[in-house]
Amino acid sequence: MSVVEEHRPEVGNARLRKEDAHLVTGQTNWTDNITPPGTLHIAILRSPMAHARITDIDLGPARDRPGVVAVFSGRDVADEQGTLPCAWPVTEDMVHPDHPALAVDEVRFAGEAVAVVVARDTASAVDALEAIEVDYDPLPVVLDMEAAVADGSPLVHADKGTNSSFTWVFDSAEAGTGGSVDEALGDAEVTVSRRFLQQRLIPSFMEPRSVVVDPTGGQFTMWSATQIPHILRLMLALTTNTPEHKLRVVAPDVGGGFGGKLQVTPEEVITLVAAKRLHKPVKYTETRSDSLLTAHHGRDQIQQLDLAARRDGTITGLKVRLLANMGAYLGLVTPGVPLLGAFMFNAIYKMPAYRFECTGVFTNTAWTDAYRGAGRPEATFAIERMMDELAAELGMDPMEVRRRNWIAHEEFPFTTVAGLTYDSGNYEAATDKAMELFGYDALRREQAERRERGDPVQLGLGISTYTEMCGLAPSRVLGSLSYGAGGWETASLHMLPSGKVEVVTGSSAHGQGHETAWSQIVADQLGVPFEDVEVLHGDTRVSAKGMDTYGSRSLTVGGTAVIAACGKVIDKARKVAAHMLECAEDDLEFADGSFRVKGSPGSEKSIQEIALATFAAHDLPDGVEASLDSDATFDPENFSFPHGTHLCATEVDTETGMVKIRSYVSVDDVGHVVNPLIVDGQVHGGLAQGIGQALFENAVYDSDGNLLTGTFVDYTVPSPADLPAFTTARTETPATTNPLGVKGVGEAGTIASTPAVVNAVVDALRPMGVNDVPMPCSPHRVWQAIQDANGGASS
Amino acid sequence: MTNISVTVDGVRYDDDVEPRTLLVQYLRERLGKVGTVVGCDTSNCGACTVLLDGRGVKSCSLLAAQSDGHVVTTVEGLVPTGEDGALHPVQRAFHEQHALQCGFCTPGMMMAACDLLADNPDPSDEEIREGLEGNLCRCTGYQNIVRAVSAAAAELRSARGAAPSTPEGVASA
Ligand code: FES
Ligand code: FES
Repeated sequence: MSVVEEHRPEVGNARLRKEDAHLVTGQTNWTDNITPPGTLHIAILRSPMAHARITDIDLGPARDRPGVVAVFSGRDVADEQGTLPCAWPVTEDMVHPDHPALAVDEVRFAGEAVAVVVARDTASAVDALEAIEVDYDPLPVVLDMEAAVADGSPLVHADKGTNSSFTWVFDSAEAGTGGSVDEALGDAEVTVSRRFLQQRLIPSFMEPRSVVVDPTGGQFTMWSATQIPHILRLMLALTTNTPEHKLRVVAPDVGGGFGGKLQVTPEEVITLVAAKRLHKPVKYTETRSDSLLTAHHGRDQIQQLDLAARRDGTITGLKVRLLANMGAYLGLVTPGVPLLGAFMFNAIYKMPAYRFECTGVFTNTAWTDAYRGAGRPEATFAIERMMDELAAELGMDPMEVRRRNWIAHEEFPFTTVAGLTYDSGNYEAATDKAMELFGYDALRREQAERRERGDPVQLGLGISTYTEMCGLAPSRVLGSLSYGAGGWETASLHMLPSGKVEVVTGSSAHGQGHETAWSQIVADQLGVPFEDVEVLHGDTRVSAKGMDTYGSRSLTVGGTAVIAACGKVIDKARKVAAHMLECAEDDLEFADGSFRVKGSPGSEKSIQEIALATFAAHDLPDGVEASLDSDATFDPENFSFPHGTHLCATEVDTETGMVKIRSYVSVDDVGHVVNPLIVDGQVHGGLAQGIGQALFENAVYDSDGNLLTGTFVDYTVPSPADLPAFTTARTETPATTNPLGVKGVGEAGTIASTPAVVNAVVDALRPMGVNDVPMPCSPHRVWQAIQDANGGASS
Repeated sequence: MTNISVTVDGVRYDDDVEPRTLLVQYLRERLGKVGTVVGCDTSNCGACTVLLDGRGVKSCSLLAAQSDGHVVTTVEGLVPTGEDGALHPVQRAFHEQHALQCGFCTPGMMMAACDLLADNPDPSDEEIREGLEGNLCRCTGYQNIVRAVSAAAAELRSARGAAPSTPEGVASA
């Protein structure tokens, strides 16, 4: 191990963020702030019907409205717009309907784009929408997944003859990773079967999506509020027939994503098509109502689980059957989302047999796709709820059931029944710490007392001992799952002649703090001041390649690529230093930013001096090119597996159904930590979203397929008053699969927290005969669950 | 068109505006005050919050015409111009407590915090959460926002009595 790796003054520091200076002063560059001279503005007419044939569109009157420059419908641009991409054909025979940005003959969900007005200003464009006349011939609507896969259901895509997109199966007996689950269920001493509904959620990033396309100068520059500038550029090139090298995509300041901006959107295609047709800059910014209606939704699964166990609590098998709502179309990674859960239902537990079966279902709803956690929150919720149900069935403490089944610290690396190898973990340490911070035993005593005295406010304790797979991903694994691209990341490093450093990363931050964290990493690697490092990202002209930011991948994959790029610069600098110091390369050691001749104090060259020497290039060793730069890519050999123990105490008013979170403890093990401030922030935000699913959020359609939760009045993103203060702590079991020993943290809080909260709600009510409360556990649903249980008891 | 005369971040503007123009549109599109942002169309998110004569208002729920004769402070005017690099105590606290991630809610959140602290210079955590109920953040889970507002309150309290360093219309305590 070199001295550099031991010297880590920056990594681990709670550095205040570089990003903040412009964000707290309003010197921001959101896409909606960008308006090149002559920009035209778009308004989009959206379908009021969930399923209908478009029999006629009359655009004429809109063309005559003041300020209107152009009006077009899907028929006008059918060829130019291509079809929106789905990069994850999960099975060879997956049913994959065309997905036009602008509907051509038929609309399949309420909110689908039907026609576009381009005008000199937004108000004129919006006004002119009223003048467009569309005749719809209504078609039957199917919204419910079970109805959609039943015989005789109306079809979302009549030409496909089915509402089932695919069925994907993993069976441990077939894969050779375990036994037969049906045998396990047949032989079980105890079985627990449950059906859970993962309600539909809306990512609800705070910055509405916005896109500007400037065609000036023979190059199309697109600014977009996206998480994925690189993937977007490639996909637009492939689907709209725009040469990739003529397309530049920029993600300027982006106001949150959470998977919701991991998409190639109809609006991006429409804006590009309009700019191409009109040879003018064109801009579209969605309203929040449009965003809630049409930006892809998340979750929405029906989960059927059958768990086999012995009376001592040992799990002997798990069978999972899912229906996953695709919505009306497939988005960028829609079919892959539930599959990311396929490897996580077994969670931290040793199971001898496992089977997972998922059918993707089309319905007349907005399409679903990645939302923070993408498949893993659904899986974690289900198994952690099942562990509590098994404990209740056996009359055991729910933590004890978990202990009996989890992978022990000394068993790592451990290959699971789903075929993944967890490199590291210490569930005992995280759990012990969480139990202590939480005061588990005292709370159990208080719970017993409240039960004893029949307190109308009951106390519930909820546990979630989670793990997740993230850091997407080893390219060969993605290939084996039929994903369309690899999972590597790039970094470039430029030592500037003045000694400052530019780092270009292929990851694309939108709140995660890459500029700060990557600067910390580079400062340590090169021994340069934190302030001297500039991190560049999110512009395909600056970083030509990259795989962007999602799946908690940026640090484990992108951060490792940065280290590799630093290593290459140091290697080259070493040659130059040896030449300058007239010694052999092996005689040099590199520490604190300088090469020193071992045993010869005083002879040294700093990396900055070498940067200048390579720039001047007056006296370089033979074969060494001028300038000090590097490019590196890193392809991980494995996922990273953060884990932890979350404990939640809820007070549930059995008379009103009100749930109050009294305390929430999360102990997360994300390996080594580059910046604890940023990690804590990621956990807090993740918890808020997971608690949002447990208690507050629900995207609801009426029976005609109209979204009822189309504003923030009805789609209730938690407010400051809705959430408790969190107690967060960490254990540090380093990942063994990357040099920093880091694991992803972006999604962990969301993945872990939902079951902790719902388990706590159910635990409070269990003596009343309640063994499930559907999410979100609103006062009404909690109250209803109590009534249903009472009714059940008396009948 | 209506003629308005309004002082924004210390500068007086006389402009003709369409009666239907919202204050936030006037700020962003006419004055280029794009630090103030729009997060919703139903007055629920608080992203657009500014101060009108020192009190927090959602600039998407006010017409530009209604600002006639008033003093508006946006995030860009929290610190008087000319004080390069200087931060208002609320801005500093948001930075130091890591109370922002993507930063989209931040301008509105900070302006709402200024309003809250004008009313209640020493709020409890509970009071901060309730006081900011009209402002949504999807990134932070609010924990560090509460901490930041608390820290800013303490700083403003201890600075009270010293010469005010905030421009007209900004609550300093
Ligand atoms: S923009 Fe949402 S409240 Fe004003
Ligand atoms: S920091 Fe992103 S919404 Fe608040």
